Amino acid sequence: MPPDLTTAPAAPRPAAPDHAPLLEIEGLKTHVDTPEGIVRAVDGAGFSVPRGKIVCLVGESGCGKSMTARSVLGLVEPPSRIVEGAIRWHRDGGESVDLAALDPRGEAMRAVRGREIAMVFQEPMAALSALHTIGDQVIEAIRLHLPLSREEAEERAVRLLTRVGIPRAAERLRSYSFQLSGGMCQRVMIAIALACDPALLIADEPTTALDVTTQARILDLLGDLQADTGMSVLFITHDLGVVAEIADEVVVMYLGTVVEHGPVDDIFHHPQHPYTRALLGSVPRLGTGPRQRLDTIRGTVPHPSERPEGCPFHPRCDVAVAGVCDRGEGPVEVALGASRGVRCVHAGAEGSAS
Amino acid sequence: MLSYVARRCLYMIPTLFGISVVAFAIIQLPPGDYLTTLVSRLENQGESVDRAQLESLRERYGLGDPLASQYVTWMSSILFHGDFGQSFEYSRPVADLVADRLPLTVVLAVTTLLTTWLLAFPIGLYSAVRQYSPGDYLATIVGFLGLAIPNFMIALLLMYLGQTVFGMSVGGLFSPEFEDAAWNLGKVIDLLGHLWVPVLVLATAGTAGLIRVLRANLLDELHRPYVVAARARGMPERKLLVRYPLRAALNPFVSTVGYVLPALVSGEVVVAQVLSLPTTGPLLLNALRSQDMYLASSVILIVSVLTVIGTLLSDVLLAWLDPRVRLDQG
Ligand SMILES: Nc1ncnc2c1ncn2[C@@H]1O[C@H](COP(=O)(O)OP(=O)(O)OP(=O)(O)O)[C@@H](O)[C@H]1O
Ligand code: SF4
Ligand SMILES: [Mg+2]
Repeated sequence: MPPDLTTAPAAPRPAAPDHAPLLEIEGLKTHVDTPEGIVRAVDGAGFSVPRGKIVCLVGESGCGKSMTARSVLGLVEPPSRIVEGAIRWHRDGGESVDLAALDPRGEAMRAVRGREIAMVFQEPMAALSALHTIGDQVIEAIRLHLPLSREEAEERAVRLLTRVGIPRAAERLRSYSFQLSGGMCQRVMIAIALACDPALLIADEPTTALDVTTQARILDLLGDLQADTGMSVLFITHDLGVVAEIADEVVVMYLGTVVEHGPVDDIFHHPQHPYTRALLGSVPRLGTGPRQRLDTIRGTVPHPSERPEGCPFHPRCDVAVAGVCDRGEGPVEVALGASRGVRCVHAGAEGSAS
Repeated sequence: MLSYVARRCLYMIPTLFGISVVAFAIIQLPPGDYLTTLVSRLENQGESVDRAQLESLRERYGLGDPLASQYVTWMSSILFHGDFGQSFEYSRPVADLVADRLPLTVVLAVTTLLTTWLLAFPIGLYSAVRQYSPGDYLATIVGFLGLAIPNFMIALLLMYLGQTVFGMSVGGLFSPEFEDAAWNLGKVIDLLGHLWVPVLVLATAGTAGLIRVLRANLLDELHRPYVVAARARGMPERKLLVRYPLRAALNPFVSTVGYVLPALVSGEVVVAQVLSLPTTGPLLLNALRSQDMYLASSVILIVSVLTVIGTLLSDVLLAWLDPRVRLDQG
């Protein structure tokens, strides 16, 4: 039986000796076949999730965040498919597997889902079946991977629900999703995700559908749980306030590619990519005066099916270099230190891009 | 759940009352009352009319009384004596006539319903899960043919094939030698031998429709967030399909319980006529044609009541299947 997070905070997972990341995504391309042509929803994205860290994946709506997350668990359905790239999953023992190469309907992928990598979705109410009780679904999640009897699983379910802050958990097992609030449903989803003590939790905008107070509570809960269990979290959001609150590292996506990634403080205080700067500039911050509000990004996000040539950001970029940024494959990633990378022709030349 | 069923039963009372009023109104529809119709009929046939008998009939149905008290007389003789009145077309009590045909009608309806389910369920499931596969296209084509070809055409075709290829009589529900025989094993077997033809004919349209409904419902459900979420927690595909989307797509099946009977009685009269089935449909048609109003209204009344009961059954079944129905409303 895996360490039980529901009784006492477990010791954080021992980091792998070589400090290898838990998850490494490289050159991932997930495309959608539509009657109008191929939509390159994820187009060569790459980043990694270190052990025991919270990584926030940010970007405007439609930039391919969800598609990237779903690719990890093989949850992209036709007409979408992974066409290229590797999703390397490094297990504790040093064993690695390329999730992108697994059969999405196969046993190997099934064994990863829910057991090693769990996922929480944006619409908690819709993510629960209204025809089954909360208990049915939590217990099912437990017994899919752990060899527990129905009674043992039920006990574990009660402890899980208690741990995620659901009052009178034993009674709640018999409730249905439509009898609970959105926030409670999301707690249930989190309990389900934690059912088998996964090493990575992917949370795809888990608080977007909730009201502000509930949002804050769920964020606190996720932070607590991460600290208790030492699991890694890949947190998807377009809310930079959320990022500032919980992230250890930030990955910024634009039109299916990762334009910049690095530790949260570096990203917030020394953004290198023009898009990251624009994104940060468009967030109203306390004490910066009303002028900041107006500093939004010029132009609109092109649809992924009309991806510009060269750097995908060039039509909206203030510092684009004509003849360089608007042709070819676009800039390659420039590494700035061990965990920092930027995809811009100005990268590294400090100050020249501002 | 119990309170839901109780309340659902309570709601039936006004519905049933409404039905009985309509049925009663149907009796009143032809000009004159039952007796004037009877008298004119007898006189047409050159028979003399026995005044004393007329008087006793007038007494029995309370024909001189105001409509409301006529209704009460009519209803109470049905409720307390099982007396539905007299059919002058057949010169027999309506209750006897209906009793002859109703059980077979119900047997036919239930068999048709089960056959519809048995055919539609696997085909609809296959069509949805293997969307746009050759099998799906085949099911779609056959399904639309089933919907488009009138049932009586299929009936005629089957009769023709039965006669010419198999040399058997396909009409009716019994072979001539069993027609008036008492019930025994031979008669049951004979019934089964005949039943499949009308069942097949009547089930085609229903099956075709239900396949489309199940396919559409399932396709809707297959990509719902709760299905993706269940897959994301490592549920095997087959188990996932059965446990979540299929379960949610069951509702249209359950709902068919309520409407198959009236459809059979009213909509399929033509088929019953063609296949000369001893069901209530043709009985109702004849009764309406000859203005045999006690018979007509009784058939309508009984079938409507059965429909209401069928709807109740399907609602209770739905509530049992779907907690939203069960818990939202009590
Ligand atoms: N079935 C589909 N057909 C056409 N385009 C699709 C389809 N599914 C996804 N896309 C496209 O893929 C792109 C990436 O979608 P994705 O859901 O990953 O975005 P996202 O970053 O999660 O956005 P959001 O913040 O709105 O959730 C979108 O621009 C969308 O238009
Ligand atoms: S590569 Fe060019 S266009 Fe793209 S962000 Fe950098 S400067 Fe702007
Ligand atoms: Mg999304």
